[in-house]
Amino acid sequence: MGYVLEELELFFSLSFIQRALVSGAFICLCAALLGASLVLKRYSMIGDGLSHVGFGTLAVATALDVNDVTFQVSLPVVIITAFLLLRISDNSKIKGDSAIAIISTTALAIGYIVMYKHGTNIDVSNYMFGNIFTITERDGIISVVLAIVVILLFVFFYHKIFAVTFDETFARAVGIKAGFYNGVIAVLTAVVVVLGMRMMGTLLISAIIIFPSLISMKVCKSFKNVVILAAIFAVICFFVGSVSAHLLDIPTGSTIVVINTLVLILVSIFNLVKSRVRTE
Amino acid sequence: MSLITCEDVTLSYDSKDVISGLSFEVNEGDYLCILGENGSGKSTLIKAVLGLKGTSKGKISFGDGLKQREIGYIPQQTQVQKDFPATVWEIVRSGFLNKMGFRMYYSKDENAKALEIMKKLNIEEFKNRSYRELSGGQQQRVLLARALCATTKVLLLDEPVAGLDHMMTVQLYNLIEKINKEDNITIIMVSHNHDAAMKYASHILHIHKDNMYFGSKEDYLECPVCKKEDEKVPHIVAGHAKHVDKCNHKH
Repeated sequence: MGYVLEELELFFSLSFIQRALVSGAFICLCAALLGASLVLKRYSMIGDGLSHVGFGTLAVATALDVNDVTFQVSLPVVIITAFLLLRISDNSKIKGDSAIAIISTTALAIGYIVMYKHGTNIDVSNYMFGNIFTITERDGIISVVLAIVVILLFVFFYHKIFAVTFDETFARAVGIKAGFYNGVIAVLTAVVVVLGMRMMGTLLISAIIIFPSLISMKVCKSFKNVVILAAIFAVICFFVGSVSAHLLDIPTGSTIVVINTLVLILVSIFNLVKSRVRTE
Repeated sequence: MSLITCEDVTLSYDSKDVISGLSFEVNEGDYLCILGENGSGKSTLIKAVLGLKGTSKGKISFGDGLKQREIGYIPQQTQVQKDFPATVWEIVRSGFLNKMGFRMYYSKDENAKALEIMKKLNIEEFKNRSYRELSGGQQQRVLLARALCATTKVLLLDEPVAGLDHMMTVQLYNLIEKINKEDNITIIMVSHNHDAAMKYASHILHIHKDNMYFGSKEDYLECPVCKKEDEKVPHIVAGHAKHVDKCNHKH
């Protein structure tokens, strides 16, 4: 036990770890809040699609020797993709899920080809599974700003976001600009994905968008509680995941996902037991 | 002036005209049933009335102080909603969003009004229950309450009894009739249920590609062709158009 405490004290005292933890927590918080709306609208796969496109842009931009890969290439392209995916999902003529799969696999394939040809001084596994310690100081600042924007959005427009999530047609009929809210959520999700990719990687980033709201949907009866609890679950799972990853010396992103999975299983068992008790 | 006037309207879907030359009006206290086959353009018409879709020709205008966004709309339920984690209270009050502007919270008056409406529809006890735990009929009453928060004049219902069993259907129809008669709220209902339309409606709008009917239910019933053809819904097609000239009604 003494060893663990010592280890943790050291862990929390390092400035680059503090930075990683603070930005990681804020990114998870944003992902969970936005995820509540995305998951309930059945747009979960958008996060996955965006991250694959993000990977493609990173690979291509790195090969082209762009100065600021994240800002000049990834962010704008992923934001545009977010709008595109939203449109595709709204359009009943094209099957949304297959369209997303096509876009994401294509981006992934092109990204890998470019990476392969460009020579591999890039660590592919960092791109795929993330590395929390690659979070830069600028990422940290952006994630704090992003968190403030997302929280303000939910505080000021909570009722409208609820209406658009629950019943978009009705929301439009009473004069709410649903397209605007969808667009704002898509753009913010794009930012979360691009920032969170460093920590979680292309393949795992959608977990922090989807899991927290899925977990809280299982225990909450109201939308308000789903949103609040998703944010709380997200931050707790992030910290538990990061600390256990450090103690067990395993990858952080993957550990965060596994912790989320465990919580989801526990909550499902709890629900099952509860309903059994009730029927008896 | 009429609440809603639709003048020579043409509506298209996927750049094909689904409805053309449609004219009708809805007056205060009317109970209008919109009949027609699947794909005849009922949903497109509803979207146009709500302002979610433009008209390619003609105009839909509102009178008697009715604003487009103050139509109490009851959409068909989507799969997403059926297991949505939201309380009845959250959903019902969202009807007030058309008056909310930049306010962040619902006012005291709105909360009181929402409660009053819920009492009237007998869903007060479900206030803090989750929507997904309710039965189909109860869910439909929640959506009705939300629509009543949004309007004091017109309810627009899109196949409200779809998926309900017989008992619930009858209850819902009676409730809507009560709202129409007692509160003088105009009803516009898209329906597949011909019998119910004949029982409750005051006016009928029958949408069909080649021949439209709009008029009072009595006229509709008197017209032997309309009646005969209508009983065959959804097979009312061919023969109908041929008989139009024999029939005095405005087709």
